[in-house]
Amino acid sequence: MSESAYRPRDDEASPPLDHPPYRSTSLRHPVRPLVPLPHTISEITGPGPAISAVTPADADLTTNAAVGGEAIGERILVTGRVLDETGEPVPDTLIEIWQANAAGRYVHERDQHPAPLDPNFRGTGRCLTEADGSYRFLTIRPGAYPWGNHPNAWRPAHIHLSLFGPALATRLVTQMYFPDDPLHELDPILGAVPRAHWDRLIATYDHDITEHEWALGFRFEIVLRGPEATPFESRGAGSPA
Amino acid sequence: MSAHSQTPSQTIGPFFHDGLMGLGGDLAPEGAAGRRVRIEGRVLDGAAEPVDDAMVEVWQADGQGRYRHPFDGRSSGVERSFVGFGRMASGSDGTYRLDTVLPGTVPGRGGSIQAPHLNVQVFARGLLVHLSTRIYFEGEQANDGDEVLGTVPPERRDTLVARADGEAGGVACYRFDVVLQGENETVFFDL
Repeated sequence: MSESAYRPRDDEASPPLDHPPYRSTSLRHPVRPLVPLPHTISEITGPGPAISAVTPADADLTTNAAVGGEAIGERILVTGRVLDETGEPVPDTLIEIWQANAAGRYVHERDQHPAPLDPNFRGTGRCLTEADGSYRFLTIRPGAYPWGNHPNAWRPAHIHLSLFGPALATRLVTQMYFPDDPLHELDPILGAVPRAHWDRLIATYDHDITEHEWALGFRFEIVLRGPEATPFESRGAGSPA
Repeated sequence: MSAHSQTPSQTIGPFFHDGLMGLGGDLAPEGAAGRRVRIEGRVLDGAAEPVDDAMVEVWQADGQGRYRHPFDGRSSGVERSFVGFGRMASGSDGTYRLDTVLPGTVPGRGGSIQAPHLNVQVFARGLLVHLSTRIYFEGEQANDGDEVLGTVPPERRDTLVARADGEAGGVACYRFDVVLQGENETVFFDL
């Protein structure tokens, strides 16, 4: 068995754990070096393939609050593919998203930003990727919102995403941003990622996705860590039960 | 940069609770085979203050050391109702709790055996990349021969071992704190 079944995290593109401009990192980042972990059966497996309890309605955030009305805001389609680093699609994997409403307010008890809540918008959605790795959400464009990191700090509009992929090693939690937002420059969370890699986190406007008299289209491709060259084999010891 | 470079990680932020399905600490369905265990602990920051907005995810093998996953050649034997995955949000005092069965030993490299362990990933506001660790169990014989524990400096090994904390109603209780930073900082892995 090789040391690593999955390619290492891309240190060039990855944000550091300690990033002083983002104040919450200061007491929450480990100061000791991470200990290398060989990829055993514990790391090449993961919950991803076992999770599938999703319905098509879950991917429509404009109506999935299920109270009969439609969310207020600029209707958008967010779509793309989930691939691994070798370009292979990652099928049947769960994507969970959450976001603020059009006014920049989350449905969350800890969000005290005095902007209106929308009874027709819950701000959460999920779907499974198709066989070609594609996914598609219908939602509304989230608003920017203030936060306490520094005076007059505002988070650029973003959507949070959580993905499992096939293994523990492919787990990813990230955020998708919108193009041409002047707040990008001022945001210490996006700013923790080296600028050369911002395009991996900023969706592109795509008029081919935009639907006539319905919704604006954004494309966001997601790339998970990929396998090393040697394909995996079943690694359970002993004979199959 | 290639066309297929990895999407960078970003923090989970403080508002994830409703966005993630199945938050809750019950990993083992009624009747799952194995010794029932409860693990309870706190997520603490570098000032030893509780982290009240963390999410702790756990992935484990069943009581016989089988993962429910196509890469585990013994997965067909895993009970239908057992997934081995759970995710918990820490409470106002930083506490998380999970109820499960003690996982069996699983294969390690080169024919070795890995001691029973839970695979843990920790997410929080202020963590730009999630952290990975393992929970081993105090008193397990296989701990001594576990390769991963063996690679950890001896003086830090205890941070990976849940401490036995009595029994309640036939359930073996353990304590395991996740210390993000500081003197007793938990060992986190680069996996």
